[in-house]
Amino acid sequence: MVEKVLMCGNGAVGEGAIQAGCRHYFGYPITPQNELTAYMAERLGELGGVFIQSESELAAINMVFGASASGARAMTSSSSPGISLKQEGISYIAAAELPCVIVNIMRAGPGLGDITPSQADYFQAVKGGGHGDYRLITIGPASVQELYDWTAKAFYLADKYRNPVMILGDGFLGQMMEPLEVKKIEELKLPPKTWALTGAKDRSANIIRTLMLKVGELEEHNKKIQDKYKRIEKELIEYEAVLTDDAEIILVAYGTCARICKESVFLLRKEGIKAGLIRPITLWPYPSAVIRKISNNIKCILTVEMNAGQMVEDVKLAVMGRCPVHFYGRMGGGVPTSKEIVDEIKGLEIK
Amino acid sequence: MKKIFGKPECMTDKPFHYCPGCGHGIVHRLIGEVVDELGIQDRTIGVPPVGCAVVMYHYFNIDMTEAPHGRTPAVATGIKRVHPDKVVFTYQGDGDLAAIGTGEIIHAANRGERITTIFVNNAVYGMTGGQMAPTTLVGQKTTTTPLGRDARLIGYPIKISEMLAITDGSIYIERVAVNKPANIIKAKKAIKKAFQIQLEDRGFSMVEVLSQCPVNLGLTSQKAAEWIDNTLMKTYPLGVIKDKSGE
Repeated sequence: MVEKVLMCGNGAVGEGAIQAGCRHYFGYPITPQNELTAYMAERLGELGGVFIQSESELAAINMVFGASASGARAMTSSSSPGISLKQEGISYIAAAELPCVIVNIMRAGPGLGDITPSQADYFQAVKGGGHGDYRLITIGPASVQELYDWTAKAFYLADKYRNPVMILGDGFLGQMMEPLEVKKIEELKLPPKTWALTGAKDRSANIIRTLMLKVGELEEHNKKIQDKYKRIEKELIEYEAVLTDDAEIILVAYGTCARICKESVFLLRKEGIKAGLIRPITLWPYPSAVIRKISNNIKCILTVEMNAGQMVEDVKLAVMGRCPVHFYGRMGGGVPTSKEIVDEIKGLEIK
Repeated sequence: MKKIFGKPECMTDKPFHYCPGCGHGIVHRLIGEVVDELGIQDRTIGVPPVGCAVVMYHYFNIDMTEAPHGRTPAVATGIKRVHPDKVVFTYQGDGDLAAIGTGEIIHAANRGERITTIFVNNAVYGMTGGQMAPTTLVGQKTTTTPLGRDARLIGYPIKISEMLAITDGSIYIERVAVNKPANIIKAKKAIKKAFQIQLEDRGFSMVEVLSQCPVNLGLTSQKAAEWIDNTLMKTYPLGVIKDKSGE
Protein backbone atom coordinates (compact mmCIF):
# COMPACT_ATOMS: atom_id res chain seq x y z
CA MET A 1 0.00 0.00 0.00
CA VAL A 2 1.18 3.49 -0.78
CA GLU A 3 1.91 5.59 2.27
CA LYS A 4 -0.48 8.52 2.69
CA VAL A 5 0.60 11.55 4.70
CA LEU A 6 -0.61 15.08 5.30
CA MET A 7 2.01 17.41 3.97
CA CYS A 8 2.54 20.99 2.81
CA GLY A 9 3.46 21.64 -0.82
CA ASN A 10 7.01 22.67 0.03
CA GLY A 11 7.56 19.40 1.87
CA ALA A 12 6.07 17.45 -1.04
CA VAL A 13 8.59 19.00 -3.41
CA GLY A 14 11.36 17.96 -1.02
CA GLU A 15 10.12 14.38 -0.68
CA GLY A 16 9.64 14.12 -4.45
CA ALA A 17 13.27 15.14 -4.90
CA ILE A 18 14.45 12.64 -2.26
CA GLN A 19 12.45 9.82 -3.84
CA ALA A 20 13.95 10.69 -7.23
CA GLY A 21 17.42 10.20 -5.80
CA CYS A 22 18.41 13.83 -5.26
CA ARG A 23 21.10 13.86 -2.57
CA HIS A 24 22.53 17.33 -3.24
CA TYR A 25 20.58 20.41 -2.30
CA PHE A 26 21.84 23.98 -2.09
CA GLY A 27 19.63 26.85 -0.97
CA TYR A 28 19.27 30.19 0.72
CA PRO A 29 16.29 30.99 2.96
CA ILE A 30 13.40 33.01 1.58
CA THR A 31 9.69 32.98 2.38
CA PRO A 32 7.35 31.32 1.31
CA GLN A 33 9.58 28.32 0.48
CA ASN A 34 11.45 27.93 3.78
CA GLU A 35 9.76 24.64 4.67
CA LEU A 36 11.43 23.10 1.64
CA THR A 37 14.94 24.18 2.67
CA ALA A 38 14.35 22.90 6.20
CA TYR A 39 12.89 19.65 4.86
CA MET A 40 15.95 19.02 2.72
CA ALA A 41 18.26 19.80 5.64
CA GLU A 42 16.49 17.20 7.74
CA ARG A 43 16.04 14.48 5.13
CA LEU A 44 19.51 14.80 3.60
CA GLY A 45 20.94 14.74 7.12
CA GLU A 46 19.17 11.43 7.73
CA LEU A 47 20.28 10.00 4.40
CA GLY A 48 23.88 11.20 4.47
CA GLY A 49 23.31 13.51 1.53
CA VAL A 50 24.70 16.98 0.98
CA PHE A 51 22.83 20.03 2.22
CA ILE A 52 24.44 23.46 2.13
CA GLN A 53 22.79 26.66 3.24
CA SER A 54 24.73 28.90 0.92
CA GLU A 55 25.79 32.50 1.44
CA SER A 56 23.54 33.69 -1.37
CA GLU A 57 21.29 32.51 -4.18
CA LEU A 58 24.19 33.16 -6.55
CA ALA A 59 26.32 30.67 -4.66
CA ALA A 60 23.46 28.16 -4.37
CA ILE A 61 22.78 27.95 -8.10
CA ASN A 62 26.49 27.67 -8.83
CA MET A 63 26.89 24.87 -6.29
CA VAL A 64 24.10 23.18 -8.25
CA PHE A 65 26.15 23.86 -11.39
CA GLY A 66 29.18 22.14 -9.87
CA ALA A 67 27.22 19.20 -8.45
CA SER A 68 25.34 18.66 -11.71
CA ALA A 69 28.57 18.93 -13.72
CA SER A 70 29.89 16.19 -11.45
CA GLY A 71 27.02 13.89 -12.41
CA ALA A 72 24.79 14.25 -9.35
CA ARG A 73 21.06 14.94 -9.21
CA ALA A 74 21.04 18.44 -7.70
CA MET A 75 18.35 20.90 -6.72
CA THR A 76 17.94 24.44 -5.47
CA SER A 77 14.81 26.30 -4.49
CA SER A 78 13.84 29.87 -3.81
CA SER A 79 11.10 32.41 -4.28
CA SER A 80 10.83 35.23 -6.78
CA PRO A 81 13.54 37.74 -5.69
CA GLY A 82 15.90 34.84 -5.08
CA ILE A 83 15.11 33.31 -8.45
CA SER A 84 16.02 36.64 -10.06
CA LEU A 85 19.43 36.32 -8.44
CA LYS A 86 19.84 32.81 -9.83
CA GLN A 87 19.26 33.84 -13.44
CA GLU A 88 22.94 34.22 -14.31
CA GLY A 89 23.65 30.69 -13.15
CA ILE A 90 20.56 29.31 -14.86
CA SER A 91 21.70 30.75 -18.20
CA TYR A 92 25.11 29.08 -17.76
CA ILE A 93 23.50 25.77 -16.74
CA ALA A 94 21.22 25.84 -19.77
CA ALA A 95 24.14 26.75 -22.03
CA ALA A 96 26.30 23.95 -20.61
CA GLU A 97 23.33 21.55 -20.96
CA LEU A 98 23.50 20.48 -17.35
CA PRO A 99 20.52 18.75 -15.76
CA CYS A 100 19.11 20.15 -12.53
CA VAL A 101 15.87 21.11 -10.84
CA ILE A 102 15.08 24.66 -9.76
CA VAL A 103 12.01 25.36 -7.66
CA ASN A 104 10.32 28.77 -7.63
CA ILE A 105 7.60 29.14 -5.02
CA MET A 106 6.48 32.49 -6.39
CA ARG A 107 5.66 35.48 -4.22
CA ALA A 108 4.28 38.85 -5.20
CA GLY A 109 6.55 41.48 -6.74
CA PRO A 110 8.02 43.52 -8.22
CA GLY A 111 10.92 44.28 -5.89
CA LEU A 112 10.84 42.84 -2.43
CA GLY A 113 7.07 42.78 -2.84
CA ASP A 114 5.31 40.58 -0.35
CA ILE A 115 5.36 36.96 0.76
CA THR A 116 1.85 36.39 -0.59
CA PRO A 117 1.24 34.07 -3.57
CA SER A 118 1.67 35.25 -7.13
CA GLN A 119 2.20 34.04 -10.69
CA ALA A 120 4.12 37.10 -11.80
CA ASP A 121 7.31 35.20 -12.69
CA TYR A 122 5.71 33.39 -15.64
CA PHE A 123 7.57 35.45 -18.23
CA GLN A 124 10.86 34.98 -16.38
CA ALA A 125 10.38 31.21 -16.24
CA VAL A 126 9.12 30.42 -19.73
CA LYS A 127 10.72 33.13 -21.86
CA GLY A 128 14.28 32.75 -20.63
CA GLY A 129 14.90 34.90 -17.58
CA GLY A 130 18.65 35.15 -17.95
CA HIS A 131 20.69 36.25 -20.95
CA GLY A 132 20.85 34.45 -24.27
CA ASP A 133 18.50 32.13 -26.14
CA TYR A 134 17.57 29.25 -23.88
CA ARG A 135 14.56 27.50 -22.41
CA LEU A 136 13.71 25.93 -19.10
CA ILE A 137 11.32 23.02 -19.05
CA THR A 138 8.72 24.67 -16.82
CA ILE A 139 6.12 22.75 -14.86
CA GLY A 140 3.08 24.33 -13.18
CA PRO A 141 1.69 21.81 -10.65
CA ALA A 142 -1.67 22.57 -9.02
CA SER A 143 -1.73 20.38 -5.90
CA VAL A 144 0.51 18.97 -3.20
CA GLN A 145 0.37 15.59 -4.95
CA GLU A 146 1.37 17.12 -8.26
CA LEU A 147 4.25 19.00 -6.63
CA TYR A 148 5.54 15.63 -5.43
CA ASP A 149 4.92 13.76 -8.68
CA TRP A 150 6.32 16.42 -10.95
CA THR A 151 9.39 17.21 -8.85
CA ALA A 152 10.31 13.53 -9.00
CA LYS A 153 9.64 13.45 -12.73
CA ALA A 154 11.57 16.71 -13.21
CA PHE A 155 14.84 14.96 -12.35
CA TYR A 156 14.20 12.36 -15.02
CA LEU A 157 13.30 15.03 -17.60
CA ALA A 158 16.37 17.07 -16.66
CA ASP A 159 18.64 14.04 -17.17
CA LYS A 160 16.84 12.91 -20.31
CA TYR A 161 17.14 16.25 -22.06
CA ARG A 162 20.25 17.54 -20.23
CA ASN A 163 18.31 20.67 -19.41
CA PRO A 164 17.34 22.57 -16.27
CA VAL A 165 13.73 22.04 -15.20
CA MET A 166 11.80 24.62 -13.19
CA ILE A 167 8.96 23.73 -10.85
CA LEU A 168 6.83 26.87 -10.85
CA GLY A 169 4.61 26.93 -7.78
CA ASP A 170 3.37 29.78 -5.65
CA GLY A 171 3.12 30.66 -1.96
CA PHE A 172 -0.35 29.16 -1.82
CA LEU A 173 0.72 25.77 -3.17
CA GLY A 174 3.88 25.75 -1.11
CA GLN A 175 2.17 26.44 2.18
CA MET A 176 -1.10 24.55 1.94
CA MET A 177 -1.47 21.06 3.35
CA GLU A 178 -3.14 18.20 1.51
CA PRO A 179 -3.03 14.42 1.65
CA LEU A 180 -0.06 13.08 -0.26
CA GLU A 181 0.56 9.59 -1.55
CA VAL A 182 4.30 9.02 -1.32
CA LYS A 183 4.44 6.86 -4.42
CA LYS A 184 7.54 4.89 -5.22
CA ILE A 185 9.36 6.52 -8.09
CA GLU A 186 10.11 4.16 -10.92
CA GLU A 187 13.71 4.33 -12.15
CA LEU A 188 13.55 4.90 -15.88
CA LYS A 189 16.49 4.06 -18.07
CA LEU A 190 18.80 6.92 -18.93
CA PRO A 191 22.11 7.04 -20.78
CA PRO A 192 25.22 7.16 -18.54
CA LYS A 193 26.62 10.63 -17.84
CA THR A 194 29.84 10.11 -19.75
CA TRP A 195 30.26 13.88 -19.97
CA ALA A 196 30.44 14.41 -16.18
CA LEU A 197 33.50 15.54 -14.27
CA THR A 198 34.87 12.51 -12.46
CA GLY A 199 38.60 12.82 -13.09
CA ALA A 200 40.24 12.00 -16.42
CA LYS A 201 40.99 8.35 -15.60
CA ASP A 202 41.47 6.08 -18.63
CA ARG A 203 39.84 8.64 -20.88
CA SER A 204 40.56 12.11 -22.25
CA ALA A 205 39.58 15.09 -20.11
CA ASN A 206 35.93 16.12 -19.88
CA ILE A 207 35.49 19.85 -20.31
CA ILE A 208 32.29 21.73 -19.51
CA ARG A 209 32.24 25.12 -21.10
CA THR A 210 29.94 27.78 -22.47
CA LEU A 211 32.57 30.08 -23.97
CA MET A 212 32.78 29.43 -27.70
CA LEU A 213 35.06 31.76 -29.55
CA LYS A 214 35.76 29.94 -32.80
CA VAL A 215 33.93 31.48 -35.74
CA GLY A 216 30.56 29.76 -36.15
CA GLU A 217 31.01 27.48 -33.12
CA LEU A 218 28.56 29.34 -30.89
CA GLU A 219 25.96 29.53 -33.64
CA GLU A 220 26.27 25.76 -34.10
CA HIS A 221 25.85 25.26 -30.36
CA ASN A 222 22.76 27.47 -30.39
CA LYS A 223 21.30 25.47 -33.27
CA LYS A 224 21.97 22.27 -31.36
CA ILE A 225 20.14 23.42 -28.25
CA GLN A 226 17.29 24.89 -30.31
CA ASP A 227 16.88 21.50 -32.02
CA LYS A 228 16.67 19.95 -28.58
CA TYR A 229 13.97 22.46 -27.59
CA LYS A 230 11.99 21.52 -30.72
CA ARG A 231 12.25 17.87 -29.69
CA ILE A 232 11.02 18.72 -26.19
CA GLU A 233 8.09 20.66 -27.67
CA LYS A 234 7.15 17.54 -29.64
CA GLU A 235 7.53 15.07 -26.80
CA LEU A 236 6.58 16.73 -23.55
CA ILE A 237 3.37 18.76 -23.64
CA GLU A 238 1.00 18.02 -20.74
CA TYR A 239 -2.30 19.67 -19.87
CA GLU A 240 -5.63 18.93 -18.25
CA ALA A 241 -8.93 19.54 -20.04
CA VAL A 242 -12.11 19.90 -17.97
CA LEU A 243 -15.54 19.80 -19.66
CA THR A 244 -14.15 21.12 -22.91
CA ASP A 245 -16.09 18.88 -25.35
CA ASP A 246 -19.23 20.97 -25.55
CA ALA A 247 -17.82 24.17 -24.05
CA GLU A 248 -18.58 27.58 -25.55
CA ILE A 249 -16.37 29.51 -23.16
CA ILE A 250 -12.93 28.24 -22.19
CA LEU A 251 -11.00 29.30 -19.14
CA VAL A 252 -7.22 28.95 -19.38
CA ALA A 253 -5.30 28.95 -16.12
CA TYR A 254 -2.48 27.05 -14.41
CA GLY A 255 -1.46 26.23 -10.84
CA THR A 256 -3.52 27.81 -8.06
CA CYS A 257 -5.62 29.81 -10.52
CA ALA A 258 -6.58 26.64 -12.37
CA ARG A 259 -7.96 25.10 -9.19
CA ILE A 260 -10.10 28.16 -8.61
CA CYS A 261 -11.18 28.21 -12.26
CA LYS A 262 -12.23 24.57 -12.04
CA GLU A 263 -14.75 25.53 -9.39
CA SER A 264 -15.88 28.48 -11.52
CA VAL A 265 -16.55 26.07 -14.40
CA PHE A 266 -18.83 23.96 -12.19
CA LEU A 267 -20.62 27.09 -10.90
CA LEU A 268 -21.14 28.34 -14.46
CA ARG A 269 -22.40 24.95 -15.62
CA LYS A 270 -25.00 25.02 -12.80
CA GLU A 271 -26.27 28.26 -14.30
CA GLY A 272 -26.45 26.72 -17.77
CA ILE A 273 -23.33 28.46 -19.11
CA LYS A 274 -21.23 25.98 -21.06
CA ALA A 275 -17.80 26.67 -19.62
CA GLY A 276 -14.69 24.48 -19.74
CA LEU A 277 -11.08 24.70 -18.57
CA ILE A 278 -7.72 24.09 -20.18
CA ARG A 279 -5.02 23.80 -17.55
CA PRO A 280 -1.49 23.81 -18.97
CA ILE A 281 0.74 21.62 -16.79
CA THR A 282 3.86 22.13 -18.88
CA LEU A 283 4.17 25.91 -19.17
CA TRP A 284 7.12 25.44 -21.45
CA PRO A 285 6.65 23.66 -23.75
CA TYR A 286 3.22 25.27 -23.93
CA PRO A 287 0.09 23.38 -25.10
CA SER A 288 -0.48 25.89 -27.91
CA ALA A 289 -1.83 23.33 -30.38
CA VAL A 290 -4.60 22.25 -28.00
CA ILE A 291 -5.68 25.82 -27.37
CA ARG A 292 -5.47 26.63 -31.09
CA LYS A 293 -7.64 23.66 -31.98
CA ILE A 294 -10.31 24.43 -29.42
CA SER A 295 -10.41 28.12 -30.33
CA ASN A 296 -12.09 27.25 -33.66
CA ASN A 297 -15.24 25.99 -31.94
CA ILE A 298 -15.85 28.37 -29.04
CA LYS A 299 -17.17 31.87 -28.41
CA CYS A 300 -14.24 33.17 -26.34
CA ILE A 301 -11.42 32.44 -23.91
CA LEU A 302 -10.83 33.97 -20.49
CA THR A 303 -7.30 33.62 -19.15
CA VAL A 304 -7.01 33.95 -15.38
CA GLU A 305 -3.71 34.63 -13.67
CA MET A 306 -2.31 36.09 -10.47
CA ASN A 307 -0.40 38.75 -12.38
CA ALA A 308 -0.99 41.64 -14.78
CA GLY A 309 -1.37 39.37 -17.82
CA GLN A 310 1.55 37.17 -18.79
CA MET A 311 0.45 33.70 -19.91
CA VAL A 312 -2.42 35.39 -21.78
CA GLU A 313 0.17 36.41 -24.38
CA ASP A 314 0.91 32.74 -25.09
CA VAL A 315 -2.82 32.06 -25.29
CA LYS A 316 -3.20 34.87 -27.85
CA LEU A 317 -0.23 33.54 -29.82
CA ALA A 318 -1.91 30.13 -29.89
CA VAL A 319 -5.35 31.46 -30.84
CA MET A 320 -4.07 33.88 -33.53
CA GLY A 321 -7.35 35.80 -33.58
CA ARG A 322 -9.61 32.79 -34.07
CA CYS A 323 -11.70 33.87 -31.08
CA PRO A 324 -11.61 36.73 -28.57
CA VAL A 325 -9.16 36.23 -25.68
CA HIS A 326 -10.00 38.05 -22.45
CA PHE A 327 -7.95 38.37 -19.30
CA TYR A 328 -8.75 38.54 -15.63
CA GLY A 329 -5.91 38.98 -13.18
CA ARG A 330 -5.17 39.84 -9.60
CA MET A 331 -1.79 41.30 -8.65
CA GLY A 332 0.38 41.94 -5.64
CA GLY A 333 -0.71 38.83 -3.73
CA GLY A 334 -4.39 39.04 -4.63
CA VAL A 335 -6.01 35.65 -5.24
CA PRO A 336 -9.20 35.55 -7.32
CA THR A 337 -12.28 33.79 -5.97
CA SER A 338 -14.35 31.42 -8.07
CA LYS A 339 -17.26 33.87 -7.85
CA GLU A 340 -15.13 36.76 -9.12
CA ILE A 341 -14.32 34.68 -12.18
CA VAL A 342 -17.99 33.72 -12.70
CA ASP A 343 -18.94 37.41 -12.53
CA GLU A 344 -16.15 38.28 -14.95
CA ILE A 345 -17.50 35.75 -17.47
CA LYS A 346 -21.06 37.02 -17.05
CA GLY A 347 -19.85 40.55 -17.64
CA LEU A 348 -18.17 39.68 -20.95
CA GLU A 349 -19.84 40.78 -24.14
CA ILE A 350 -20.14 37.40 -25.79
CA LYS A 351 -21.32 37.22 -29.39
CA MET B 1 69.94 10.06 -24.58
CA LYS B 2 68.62 10.99 -21.16
CA LYS B 3 65.72 13.42 -21.08
CA ILE B 4 66.39 16.02 -18.41
CA PHE B 5 63.56 18.47 -19.03
CA GLY B 6 60.07 18.31 -20.52
CA LYS B 7 56.58 19.53 -20.07
CA PRO B 8 54.51 18.00 -17.29
CA GLU B 9 52.71 14.78 -18.26
CA CYS B 10 49.32 16.20 -17.32
CA MET B 11 49.66 19.09 -19.77
CA THR B 12 48.76 19.11 -23.46
CA ASP B 13 50.89 20.18 -26.42
CA LYS B 14 48.74 23.21 -27.13
CA PRO B 15 50.78 26.43 -27.11
CA PHE B 16 49.67 29.06 -24.56
CA HIS B 17 47.63 31.96 -25.91
CA TYR B 18 49.00 34.29 -23.26
CA CYS B 19 50.76 37.56 -24.12
CA PRO B 20 54.58 37.73 -24.12
CA GLY B 21 55.91 38.05 -20.58
CA CYS B 22 52.62 37.01 -18.94
CA GLY B 23 52.90 35.00 -15.73
CA HIS B 24 49.95 32.67 -16.34
CA GLY B 25 52.04 30.20 -18.34
CA ILE B 26 54.48 29.85 -15.45
CA VAL B 27 51.69 29.32 -12.91
CA HIS B 28 50.05 26.74 -15.19
CA ARG B 29 53.31 24.86 -15.49
CA LEU B 30 53.82 24.86 -11.72
CA ILE B 31 50.36 23.36 -11.24
CA GLY B 32 51.18 20.78 -13.91
CA GLU B 33 54.42 19.81 -12.19
CA VAL B 34 52.72 19.54 -8.80
CA VAL B 35 49.87 17.41 -10.19
CA ASP B 36 52.45 15.10 -11.79
CA GLU B 37 54.56 14.84 -8.65
CA LEU B 38 51.54 14.06 -6.50
CA GLY B 39 50.28 11.56 -9.10
CA ILE B 40 46.75 12.99 -9.07
CA GLN B 41 46.08 13.81 -12.74
CA ASP B 42 43.27 11.25 -13.02
CA ARG B 43 41.45 12.49 -9.95
CA THR B 44 41.91 16.22 -10.22
CA ILE B 45 39.10 18.56 -11.31
CA GLY B 46 39.79 22.21 -12.06
CA VAL B 47 37.61 25.30 -12.20
CA PRO B 48 39.20 28.13 -14.20
CA PRO B 49 37.92 31.71 -13.88
CA VAL B 50 36.36 34.19 -16.20
CA GLY B 51 39.37 36.20 -17.29
CA CYS B 52 42.53 35.53 -19.29
CA ALA B 53 42.85 31.98 -17.93
CA VAL B 54 39.29 30.95 -18.84
CA VAL B 55 40.54 28.47 -21.43
CA MET B 56 43.21 26.91 -19.23
CA TYR B 57 41.43 23.59 -19.86
CA HIS B 58 43.09 23.59 -23.28
CA TYR B 59 46.45 23.11 -21.61
CA PHE B 60 45.72 20.20 -19.26
CA ASN B 61 44.57 16.60 -19.52
CA ILE B 62 42.45 17.28 -16.47
CA ASP B 63 38.65 17.45 -16.14
CA MET B 64 37.58 21.08 -15.90
CA THR B 65 34.53 23.28 -16.02
CA GLU B 66 34.06 26.95 -16.59
CA ALA B 67 32.21 28.92 -13.93
CA PRO B 68 30.36 32.22 -14.09
CA HIS B 69 32.56 35.16 -13.15
CA GLY B 70 33.52 34.95 -9.48
CA ARG B 71 31.29 31.95 -8.72
CA THR B 72 34.29 29.68 -9.13
CA PRO B 73 34.49 28.59 -5.44
CA ALA B 74 30.74 27.85 -5.40
CA VAL B 75 31.07 25.62 -8.47
CA ALA B 76 34.13 23.97 -6.92
CA THR B 77 32.12 23.42 -3.72
CA GLY B 78 29.41 21.61 -5.68
CA ILE B 79 32.04 19.39 -7.35
CA LYS B 80 33.92 18.60 -4.15
CA ARG B 81 30.74 17.72 -2.27
CA VAL B 82 29.83 15.21 -4.99
CA HIS B 83 33.41 13.87 -5.22
CA PRO B 84 35.06 14.20 -1.79
CA ASP B 85 37.74 11.75 -2.99
CA LYS B 86 38.81 13.99 -5.88
CA VAL B 87 41.23 16.91 -5.81
CA VAL B 88 39.39 20.11 -6.72
CA PHE B 89 41.09 23.40 -7.41
CA THR B 90 40.04 26.84 -8.55
CA TYR B 91 42.27 29.12 -10.56
CA GLN B 92 41.18 32.71 -10.18
CA GLY B 93 42.36 36.18 -11.08
CA ASP B 94 42.09 39.30 -8.97
CA GLY B 95 38.82 40.33 -10.63
CA ASP B 96 37.22 36.90 -10.35
CA LEU B 97 38.29 36.30 -6.76
CA ALA B 98 38.76 39.68 -5.11
CA ALA B 99 36.00 41.73 -6.79
CA ILE B 100 32.95 39.96 -8.17
CA GLY B 101 33.58 36.70 -6.30
CA THR B 102 34.39 38.12 -2.87
CA GLY B 103 31.35 36.52 -1.27
CA GLU B 104 31.97 33.08 -2.70
CA ILE B 105 35.66 32.91 -1.74
CA ILE B 106 35.11 34.13 1.83
CA HIS B 107 32.38 31.59 2.48
CA ALA B 108 34.20 28.73 0.76
CA ALA B 109 37.21 29.46 2.99
CA ASN B 110 35.04 29.84 6.07
CA ARG B 111 33.27 26.54 5.42
CA GLY B 112 36.70 24.98 5.22
CA GLU B 113 35.90 23.57 1.80
CA ARG B 114 38.48 20.95 0.93
CA ILE B 115 39.53 22.83 -2.19
CA THR B 116 42.72 24.56 -3.26
CA THR B 117 42.62 28.03 -4.75
CA ILE B 118 45.36 29.47 -6.93
CA PHE B 119 44.80 33.23 -6.84
CA VAL B 120 46.70 35.11 -9.52
CA ASN B 121 47.12 38.76 -8.55
CA ASN B 122 48.59 41.03 -11.21
CA ALA B 123 46.92 44.23 -10.02
CA VAL B 124 45.08 44.84 -13.28
CA TYR B 125 42.28 43.36 -15.43
CA GLY B 126 43.81 41.52 -18.35
CA MET B 127 41.12 40.04 -20.56
CA THR B 128 38.95 43.15 -20.71
CA GLY B 129 41.91 45.36 -21.48
CA GLY B 130 43.61 46.95 -18.52
CA GLN B 131 40.93 48.21 -16.16
CA MET B 132 41.39 48.73 -12.44
CA ALA B 133 41.45 45.58 -10.32
CA PRO B 134 40.52 45.55 -6.63
CA THR B 135 44.23 44.94 -6.08
CA THR B 136 45.37 47.89 -8.24
CA LEU B 137 47.77 50.02 -6.21
CA VAL B 138 47.01 53.55 -5.07
CA GLY B 139 48.25 55.87 -7.80
CA GLN B 140 48.46 53.07 -10.41
CA LYS B 141 47.17 54.08 -13.82
CA THR B 142 44.68 51.83 -15.60
CA THR B 143 42.11 52.51 -18.33
CA THR B 144 39.48 53.20 -15.65
CA THR B 145 41.86 55.12 -13.37
CA PRO B 146 43.54 57.24 -16.02
CA LEU B 147 44.92 59.64 -13.41
CA GLY B 148 45.96 56.85 -11.08
CA ARG B 149 43.89 55.07 -8.42
CA ASP B 150 42.56 57.72 -6.04
CA ALA B 151 42.07 56.05 -2.67
CA ARG B 152 39.57 58.69 -1.58
CA LEU B 153 37.29 57.91 -4.50
CA ILE B 154 37.77 54.20 -5.01
CA GLY B 155 39.48 52.88 -1.91
CA TYR B 156 42.56 50.80 -1.41
CA PRO B 157 44.09 47.63 -2.83
CA ILE B 158 42.24 44.82 -1.10
CA LYS B 159 44.24 42.30 0.90
CA ILE B 160 42.12 39.26 0.39
CA SER B 161 44.66 36.69 1.59
CA GLU B 162 44.90 38.45 4.94
CA MET B 163 41.10 38.60 5.07
CA LEU B 164 40.71 34.89 4.36
CA ALA B 165 43.37 34.07 6.93
CA ILE B 166 41.05 35.12 9.76
CA THR B 167 38.41 32.57 8.75
CA ASP B 168 38.61 29.45 10.90
CA GLY B 169 38.11 27.19 7.87
CA SER B 170 41.34 28.22 6.13
CA ILE B 171 44.39 26.11 6.90
CA TYR B 172 47.14 27.45 4.71
CA ILE B 173 47.53 30.72 2.83
CA GLU B 174 50.79 31.94 1.33
CA ARG B 175 51.67 34.78 -1.02
CA VAL B 176 54.32 34.02 -3.62
CA ALA B 177 55.51 35.52 -6.92
CA VAL B 178 56.54 34.25 -10.34
CA ASN B 179 58.65 37.22 -11.42
CA LYS B 180 62.07 35.55 -11.08
CA PRO B 181 63.48 32.02 -10.75
CA ALA B 182 64.06 32.13 -6.98
CA ASN B 183 60.46 33.16 -6.41
CA ILE B 184 59.16 30.60 -8.90
CA ILE B 185 60.85 27.77 -6.97
CA LYS B 186 59.17 29.00 -3.76
CA ALA B 187 55.85 29.37 -5.57
CA LYS B 188 55.94 25.75 -6.63
CA LYS B 189 56.62 24.60 -3.07
CA ALA B 190 53.64 26.61 -1.85
CA ILE B 191 51.32 25.23 -4.56
CA LYS B 192 52.40 21.70 -3.73
CA LYS B 193 51.77 22.26 -0.05
CA ALA B 194 48.34 23.71 -0.76
CA PHE B 195 47.36 20.59 -2.73
CA GLN B 196 48.80 18.32 -0.04
CA ILE B 197 46.64 20.01 2.58
CA GLN B 198 43.60 19.13 0.49
CA LEU B 199 44.81 15.55 0.10
CA GLU B 200 45.06 15.38 3.89
CA ASP B 201 41.44 16.62 4.12
CA ARG B 202 42.49 19.49 6.35
CA GLY B 203 40.47 22.43 5.03
CA PHE B 204 40.75 25.37 2.66
CA SER B 205 44.13 26.25 1.17
CA MET B 206 45.13 29.12 -1.08
CA VAL B 207 48.24 30.42 -2.77
CA GLU B 208 48.21 34.04 -3.91
CA VAL B 209 50.60 34.41 -6.81
CA LEU B 210 51.87 37.88 -7.70
CA SER B 211 52.17 37.75 -11.44
CA GLN B 212 53.20 40.06 -14.24
CA CYS B 213 50.91 41.49 -16.91
CA PRO B 214 53.34 43.53 -19.00
CA VAL B 215 50.82 44.50 -21.68
CA ASN B 216 48.27 46.02 -19.33
CA LEU B 217 50.85 47.47 -16.97
CA GLY B 218 52.38 49.22 -20.00
CA LEU B 219 55.81 47.81 -19.18
CA THR B 220 58.31 45.57 -20.91
CA SER B 221 58.47 42.01 -19.64
CA GLN B 222 61.62 42.76 -17.69
CA LYS B 223 60.27 46.00 -16.21
CA ALA B 224 57.03 44.29 -15.24
CA ALA B 225 58.99 41.61 -13.37
CA GLU B 226 61.00 44.32 -11.63
CA TRP B 227 57.83 46.28 -10.83
CA ILE B 228 56.58 43.32 -8.80
CA ASP B 229 59.75 43.35 -6.70
CA ASN B 230 60.04 47.09 -6.32
CA THR B 231 56.43 48.22 -6.14
CA LEU B 232 53.75 45.52 -5.86
CA MET B 233 55.47 43.71 -2.99
CA LYS B 234 55.40 46.87 -0.86
CA THR B 235 51.61 46.45 -0.63
CA TYR B 236 51.59 42.68 -1.03
CA PRO B 237 54.63 41.30 0.82
CA LEU B 238 55.52 37.68 0.13
CA GLY B 239 55.37 35.01 2.78
CA VAL B 240 53.20 32.61 4.70
CA ILE B 241 50.07 34.43 5.85
CA LYS B 242 48.56 31.49 7.69
CA ASP B 243 49.69 27.95 8.30
CA LYS B 244 47.78 25.68 10.62
CA SER B 245 48.96 22.55 8.80
CA GLY B 246 51.24 21.53 11.66
CA GLU B 247 48.51 21.80 14.29
